[in-house]
Amino acid sequence: MKRVSMLVAIAASLALAACGGSNDDSTSTSASGSQTSASSGNTIQSSSANKGKTVTIGSKNFTEEFILGEIYAQALQAAGYTVKKQLNLGSEQIALKAVKSGQVDAYPEYTGTALTSFFDKKATDVPHDEQKAYQEAKAGFAKSNLTALPPTPFTDSNGVGMLKSKAQKLGITKISDLTSKGSSLTLYGTPECRQRPDCLLGLQDVYKIKFKKFVPVDPGLRHKVLDSGQADTSIVFTTDGQLAQGKELLLKDDKHMFPPYNVTLVFRNEALKKLGPEAQKTIALVQKGLTTEAMQELNSRVDIDKQTPQQVAKDYLTESGYVK
Amino acid sequence: MNDFSDAIDFIFHSRESLTGGVRVGGSELWSLLAKHLELSFAALGLACLIAVPIGLWLGHIRRGQFLAISISNLGRAVPTLALIAFFIAYFGVGFVNVMFALMLLAIPPILTNAYVGVTQVDPDSVDAARGVGMTGVQIVRKVELPLALPLIFGGIRISAVNVIATATIAPLAGVVTLGNPIINAQVYGPAGRLGAAIVVAVVAVAADAGFGLLQRAVTPRALRLANRRMETA
Repeated sequence: MKRVSMLVAIAASLALAACGGSNDDSTSTSASGSQTSASSGNTIQSSSANKGKTVTIGSKNFTEEFILGEIYAQALQAAGYTVKKQLNLGSEQIALKAVKSGQVDAYPEYTGTALTSFFDKKATDVPHDEQKAYQEAKAGFAKSNLTALPPTPFTDSNGVGMLKSKAQKLGITKISDLTSKGSSLTLYGTPECRQRPDCLLGLQDVYKIKFKKFVPVDPGLRHKVLDSGQADTSIVFTTDGQLAQGKELLLKDDKHMFPPYNVTLVFRNEALKKLGPEAQKTIALVQKGLTTEAMQELNSRVDIDKQTPQQVAKDYLTESGYVK
Repeated sequence: MNDFSDAIDFIFHSRESLTGGVRVGGSELWSLLAKHLELSFAALGLACLIAVPIGLWLGHIRRGQFLAISISNLGRAVPTLALIAFFIAYFGVGFVNVMFALMLLAIPPILTNAYVGVTQVDPDSVDAARGVGMTGVQIVRKVELPLALPLIFGGIRISAVNVIATATIAPLAGVVTLGNPIINAQVYGPAGRLGAAIVVAVVAVAADAGFGLLQRAVTPRALRLANRRMETA
């Protein structure tokens, strides 16, 4: 651990040195910055005003974060910024340190993760309203001179998944349908789900579901146990690529029991100011298309079709018309 | 309160979980301990039933050293978590799956020790047994097995500690053992993680000591005398 933090410190000082070098030209271009708009309609226009402004985008190290990091990086590049990438920041604690210290200028974080891991909120206290959760996270980040940009439309929360064939047979489309039918069904979930109020305890209290049995399993098995027919229902993530394959059904959380995990791009204030308003406009624009269904599709292209996050992000930006 | 005393407190007194909604620690640990021991001893017992006869037989015919050694090395090389994932196709997740995975972890030391235990029996003793007209089965039961028992129990001791320590991964495959607080630190907090680890360590040491006593008890008196004579000489 000690070695990791030392490496982070060294890398951070290097990054700071690099930032110092590019500061000079940002002051010289700020005068002409507002002349051209970053986007006309739905397509990102490269602006000469952004030339020479450097930004480093970071991300944590799993599929969805890789894809988001690539989307933000490529979009900013299309707007004319010089973009560096650090898409390997490990856990959220490391990522937070990196953005605070200036090793990266921004990275995508989940509102729910920020509230529980950074701002010491109990799972039961996380607002179930997406906007409220974002506002609270934003206020928390603001105290450390960070700006949380408006969140994505998609939320990567916990959810209850089921094989489509089984759901149709039993006439189940939403979680509250399980209240009457749960007693003959098994639920599989992560080991910690069993004792969490935002998981099994919540399903019992809020939906009054009594499952036949809860079986703890490794999170990596959450789709395997469904596909093999062993589990009747399984705790999944709402943006899992497997949900886009047509075999599984994500039950509707009609009582909003699972807390929201929308993504917000967290920027260091200083870096955001340096980039000017066009950076924010660009981010808001490319996020528009990121619905839960769209994110499932993008994740499946990486996790199941084995494409690279870089390619998937590029295809997303061109298919949606953001980049020509 | 420092981390260690907080962990000790977790072992003896239940508390509200970090995520809220349930009490963890204290008396909750009894049910986890019971499941942990049930799983460990089932795996260990099954491993003994399989490994001891095979080891004795291979040792008796003085063949298959290559087999015994390679199985033992192979068994040590395959991680238990990988075995569990592999068994899902056959057993699904649950008690049987984890028990078989832990059994495969327990077999190599017992098998190797049983084999070595028999092969190192003094050939003169075996010849003498054959000379008084004992059959092969009698030689194994009355001469080779008793003389090999101390080493066999040495193997069981090693396996017991391995199995008890490794049974902590069982909550990843449907069996809620003492590994639960270790795996779910988000629910139990660092005190729960350390507290459960301490309990597992105590159980492993106790099992080691228990089998150590058994090992002494099953050592034939003649062997014990011989050892003592060698020590004093």
